[in-house]
Amino acid sequence: MTTASVNRILTATRRRRSARRTSTVMSTAMVLILVVSAAILIDPGLFTHTNPLFNGTDSLAAPSASHLFGTDQLGRDVFSRVIYGTRPVLIASLGGVLLATVAGVAIGIVGGVAPRTISVVVMRVVDVLLALPVLLIALILIATIGAGTNSIILALGVAYTPGFARVVEASVRKLRSIEYVQAAKVFGSSGLRTAFRHLLPNLVTEVVVMASSAVGWAVLTATTLSFLGLGVQLPNPDWGSDLAAGATSLSTAWWLSTFPGLAITVTILIANFAGDWFMRLIDPVGRPTRTKFRAFRGLRTEQPSAQEEKA
Amino acid sequence: MAFILRRLLASIPVVLGVTIIAFLLIHMVPGNPAQAMLFGSNASTAQIAALNKQLGLTLPLWEQYWNFLVQLLHGDLGISYVTHNTVAHELLSRIPSTLALTGTAMLVAIIVGVPLGLVAGIRPNSVLDNIARVVSFIGVAVPYFFLALLLILVVALQFNLVPAIDDGSVSALILPAISLGWGYAAILTRLIRGRVIEEYRSDYVKSARARGCSETRVLLGHVFRNSSIPAITMIGLQFGNILTGAAVTEVIFGRPGVGSFLAASITSKNIPVVQGAIVLIGISYIVINLLVDVVVGVVDPRTRLATAAA
Repeated sequence: MTTASVNRILTATRRRRSARRTSTVMSTAMVLILVVSAAILIDPGLFTHTNPLFNGTDSLAAPSASHLFGTDQLGRDVFSRVIYGTRPVLIASLGGVLLATVAGVAIGIVGGVAPRTISVVVMRVVDVLLALPVLLIALILIATIGAGTNSIILALGVAYTPGFARVVEASVRKLRSIEYVQAAKVFGSSGLRTAFRHLLPNLVTEVVVMASSAVGWAVLTATTLSFLGLGVQLPNPDWGSDLAAGATSLSTAWWLSTFPGLAITVTILIANFAGDWFMRLIDPVGRPTRTKFRAFRGLRTEQPSAQEEKA
Repeated sequence: MAFILRRLLASIPVVLGVTIIAFLLIHMVPGNPAQAMLFGSNASTAQIAALNKQLGLTLPLWEQYWNFLVQLLHGDLGISYVTHNTVAHELLSRIPSTLALTGTAMLVAIIVGVPLGLVAGIRPNSVLDNIARVVSFIGVAVPYFFLALLLILVVALQFNLVPAIDDGSVSALILPAISLGWGYAAILTRLIRGRVIEEYRSDYVKSARARGCSETRVLLGHVFRNSSIPAITMIGLQFGNILTGAAVTEVIFGRPGVGSFLAASITSKNIPVVQGAIVLIGISYIVINLLVDVVVGVVDPRTRLATAAA
């Protein structure tokens, strides 16, 4: 064994070790973040003692020790509004993705298993929805059902469903031709039983990965909608609407919209990191980019890539 | 040619689907359209019933849809509840502003994203690659409406370089275009970087080098050409998101475009305008994607075969 090859092995081991160490750090950070977000969801009061609706005496105070993020026109503490504003954003984006996942998987399985007449109709509808931008679908829905957090959940759910349905349908079609699914059919397994016993377990990894990478996008869409005034209504705290409200006094009180905006940015970052981390956690050997959520949507479902041809 | 025709035929049901969604909107929205139109004029029940009949809302649903479709083909999108002008006129007058914004935003995305992605992909882990990483990092994480406010705060209010609110000048277009285009520049940078790295590893690059091609030729003739295909597709697919993103950007910068008009109409329940805007945005998105497919088909013959096989 030459020195060079020994060196190579040593570097490889070292690299593997450092990779494992960073992943431990990452995991600890992620668990911590999960705990904190769960705590905020349960009771935002754990992190601030100021009522976000309380009108204080000093209005438009700049950030200081007593008001970390300053106060707004009515003397309300911006820090506590940001903390309390986490809740509607997390509920809307997580709820929306959950809804889209469940609906997308159901529709995708129907599209992949149901008789041709039904599946063609279902997937055509999915195609039409895929042809519309996510934000437009969400806007249409909110136009019909009215503003509010529940409407945003529903709007996000419907807007993101077609993306999930398309991918699940493609996977189901692929799975159907695999021997054990064929065998199950030969042994008289009913369609529903095949779906639950054989198809669904094989889809889980893919679906979870897709859902976790969709959360970041959902946060962006949810805050966009509330920025437009279609989510939580003032005076209740919400990042999007607080950001919009602060925009009018941008030149005099920069802190009003900067802190909610930073909160959104940090949340999207965390969501993206968490998505990647989660992906590696449940699918360590898989190709990481394969099933990422298709935020880039459109009529075309698959682009034949050079990579796939080589595979 | 057959490829273009096939794609054209495939988009017909999608176009019809978009019109069905737009049509159904008027029935899904709570409240009666006639009531909304006569709002504030203290209309009697008889007047509302008469207007309902006049609007054709008493006909069976399929007949209403047919009328809607025929009117649409004649460019008749109904009348705005608020201004009582035709929706087509109101939308048309706002299209140039939106086109200018989306066009420049797209330009920003391409001018920033393509070179950055190429440079980063040619020398991964170099200084330039790290710069590219920071740029795309900001672009992906910072929401465009927040970026817009930050830009206004720093560039317009602190340094007074460009106007913050739209005054019709070209310089007023700079901030909205950057804030809207940045996110797409980031996506484009990541995509091209990944593709370039991958293409450099492929066999045809090795064979091109073996044949004695210069590095410039390898880069421009082989790597760039092949990396551009997914980039073109993505630009097309992102067009819809830029269009809707423009709605928010227009609201922030006070630009009188289709997007801000749509947002305002949703809040004021001005349904004919919402219907018209949906049809307009939906169909322009479909058309753009059609064009992109044709362009990709020209650049990459494999896709033509793939569509033929499907």
